[in-house]
Amino acid sequence: MTQSVVVQVGQCGNQIGCCFWDLALREHAAVNQKGIYDEAISSFFRNVDTRVVGDGGSISKGKICSLKARAVLIDMEEGVVNEILQGPLRDVFDNKQLITDISGSGNNWAVGHKVFGSLYQEQILEKLRKSAEHCDCLQCFFIIHSMGGGTGSGLGTFLLKVLEDEFPEVYRFVTSVYPSGEDDVITSPYNSILAMKELNEHADCVLPIDNQSLFDIISKIDLMVNSGKLGTTVKPKSLVTSSAEALKKQHQKPFDGMNNIVANLLLNLTSSARFEGSLNMDLNEISMNLVPFPQLHYLVSSLTPLYTLADVNIPTRRLKPSLQFISWNQEGWKTSLCSVPPVGHSHSLLALANNTCVKPTFMELRERFMRLYKKKAHLHHYLQIEGMEESCFAEAVSSVSGLIEEYKQLDATLGTPVEDLPRLSVAV
Amino acid sequence: MSIVTVQLGQCGNQIGFEVFDALYNDSHCPQGLCSKRENEVYQESCKERFFSEEENGVPVARAVLVDMEPKVINQTLSKAAQSGQWKYGQHSCFCQKQGSGNNWAYGYSVHGPRHEEPIMNLIQKEVEKCDCLSGFFIIMSMAGGTGSGLGAFITQNLQDQYSNALKMNQIIWPYGTGEVIVQNYNSILTLSHLYRSSDALLVHENDAVHKICAKLMNIKQISFRDINQVLAHQLGSVFQPTYSMEGSYHYRRNPLGDLMESLVPHPEFKMLGIRNIPQMCENSLAYSTFTWTGLLKHLRQMLISNSKMEEGINWQVRPPLSGLPPLGKVSLNRELHFNTSIANLVILRGKDVHSADLGGFKDPELYTSWLAPVNAFSAWKTQRAFRKYEKSAALVSNSQFLLKPLDTIVGKAWNMFASKAYIHQYTKFGIEEEDFLDSFTLLEQVVASYCNV
Repeated sequence: MTQSVVVQVGQCGNQIGCCFWDLALREHAAVNQKGIYDEAISSFFRNVDTRVVGDGGSISKGKICSLKARAVLIDMEEGVVNEILQGPLRDVFDNKQLITDISGSGNNWAVGHKVFGSLYQEQILEKLRKSAEHCDCLQCFFIIHSMGGGTGSGLGTFLLKVLEDEFPEVYRFVTSVYPSGEDDVITSPYNSILAMKELNEHADCVLPIDNQSLFDIISKIDLMVNSGKLGTTVKPKSLVTSSAEALKKQHQKPFDGMNNIVANLLLNLTSSARFEGSLNMDLNEISMNLVPFPQLHYLVSSLTPLYTLADVNIPTRRLKPSLQFISWNQEGWKTSLCSVPPVGHSHSLLALANNTCVKPTFMELRERFMRLYKKKAHLHHYLQIEGMEESCFAEAVSSVSGLIEEYKQLDATLGTPVEDLPRLSVAV
Repeated sequence: MSIVTVQLGQCGNQIGFEVFDALYNDSHCPQGLCSKRENEVYQESCKERFFSEEENGVPVARAVLVDMEPKVINQTLSKAAQSGQWKYGQHSCFCQKQGSGNNWAYGYSVHGPRHEEPIMNLIQKEVEKCDCLSGFFIIMSMAGGTGSGLGAFITQNLQDQYSNALKMNQIIWPYGTGEVIVQNYNSILTLSHLYRSSDALLVHENDAVHKICAKLMNIKQISFRDINQVLAHQLGSVFQPTYSMEGSYHYRRNPLGDLMESLVPHPEFKMLGIRNIPQMCENSLAYSTFTWTGLLKHLRQMLISNSKMEEGINWQVRPPLSGLPPLGKVSLNRELHFNTSIANLVILRGKDVHSADLGGFKDPELYTSWLAPVNAFSAWKTQRAFRKYEKSAALVSNSQFLLKPLDTIVGKAWNMFASKAYIHQYTKFGIEEEDFLDSFTLLEQVVASYCNV
């Protein structure tokens, strides 16, 4: 069985991370009734005897003593991480796996990437190496961050290069939260585009999350819950709609529902690697099957049931007629079946798609970027950082443009009859 | 003589378990419909082939289980142990932590060399337990990474290390609609490599078995377990003992050798398919009776019309009129395409087996011109019934059965290759475009050969 390490960077990253760990604990608690530390749990948690001081505390089998998340928490201001460490999940995190600073990155990618990057490079490397050492067979790093801010965006993407150099064989899965159109951070387009270049070059797989979509989903759920039309549609105690059983404060914070959805996504993604099923899928298979060309590694995700009791069987074939596949991959389906459902549901379905529908999102982002860049608005905040020049901006936008071009070309093949290359003919 | 089974990857291990279970249950089935002595000899023969004796009397399957991640093997071992009737050897498995990621190149070029020694040692130990080795039965899928890539590597190794033993690879053909996106690449790489190093490829198509489950077995929600059990039934009907020349109480000793001799007269033609009749759920068995004439008539038509099961057979297909000159290059698109055979083996089990008339299968029109029916057709029999079927017949055929599926897979893989999609995933681990081209060339050759039969 393999292990994965979650690296949560910045406010967004840490808040989502927190939701994820909460859900993971609940899921394993529901499945693992006997409290034995088994391989499924070990994929995300270490079993530690807290009475032992220093490093010797790891226990590999037997009863669960104290679970520690395989996580590294990074934030350049203390508020969020402190809150986590004072909250109900405080025992789940190893306080040696934190990197914090005081002042924050000021929503500036350059500060996060260049300043804090060089400042904390050694520490970051050390914590990552430690967490890798605790793993029997490390398969994957999950990085959770947002694109619009400074720390998550800048330091989060700095991390990618470090991971690529230090652990070239370990997969880098990045969950990136993209800013919505009405984002209140003015410089978010700059931060996002600068970060995109890094994602293009150093990530194995990116799961882009759109804040606007999450918001819409939550609004719909709220509407249904509040209008009293429960019963057959909304599951009141499902992991998504209710954090009543969650180990969190009573008053819900604004992004809780949205973060929960992302956490569910990550949980579902890794379920086949953790639990048994009749058609297992490991994380390295995701990359193998869904990334036909190295640059095109953006996977759009959808999850059901979120708020309805969707009917989930061996499904996918029914979707086929309504989806347009590229000519050389007409049956581009990768299926995986896992026997353990999420808490509160009997079935669930997660779909990951490598689809050119991400193109408009990237194009919009580039639009917003250009509006600011043409006027050179706020540019001085970035250029005054050592190591930043205008060429960084030019390269970044060119990288994103290149990506958009590739998607455009693939889109262009739709509708045009593609002539199959003639097969090799054999002399009889 | 004994057969050593190598179960590779998730598919191989899941199927392997069902096969041993089916073999064991059949050999201990009380309704053998034959004399006690006959039954005992049958049991002994089955045991010699597939099981070795453990100290406390529980038979141990002659198998080596290999997978690059532990979940499936753990499940398989515990399922076998739970039955209490047979089990796998405690130390017969090889397992790693991280799978092959559906990547043929990873299975072949990374896992293969890295784990060659321990895996071959395990196989060696199993071989040493046999008094006399008939050969290897390797169960694997084509679509994934371990079964396909590592399977191809191991088969090559077996050819080098045990050049006198026979190798039969049981290959699972994936669903046409897709289980793994790169399945076509993995398939062509597997098939081309196995064609060079294996002696025979016994192919089962997931689509076909799925239909059998739906139409004949009336299963509503078909799971892989159902599919594997139907598969195991078909394999059991081929591999369980049958009479040797001497008849009753004497069973054939070299199953693999006999199979190869009957079915693979020429190395260019190695692809075998199985058809079974009758196949139905156990509940219906009690209410059904069959005659050999009826069964064999259906089986023959299944052969010539390339039908996968006994329902929906196309009775319009007839052998081409004899006396006309041979047709030369046959178009793959012909509607009423007649399935020409290179060699056929019919296995009959059950009551009144000696009265069954196999004349229909000896018709020279069924076969290619370069092999007379007396050399192309064989029949094996036993009075001992198989799994409560009063009469059952299996057909193992080296014919144009797999021509269309093979052609389809090569076509799809070629299209994808033309766009260079996913190639970087393979070149990362040492499989270059050259290797792909070599595979395509070999398989186009096989397609052409079967086409012109």
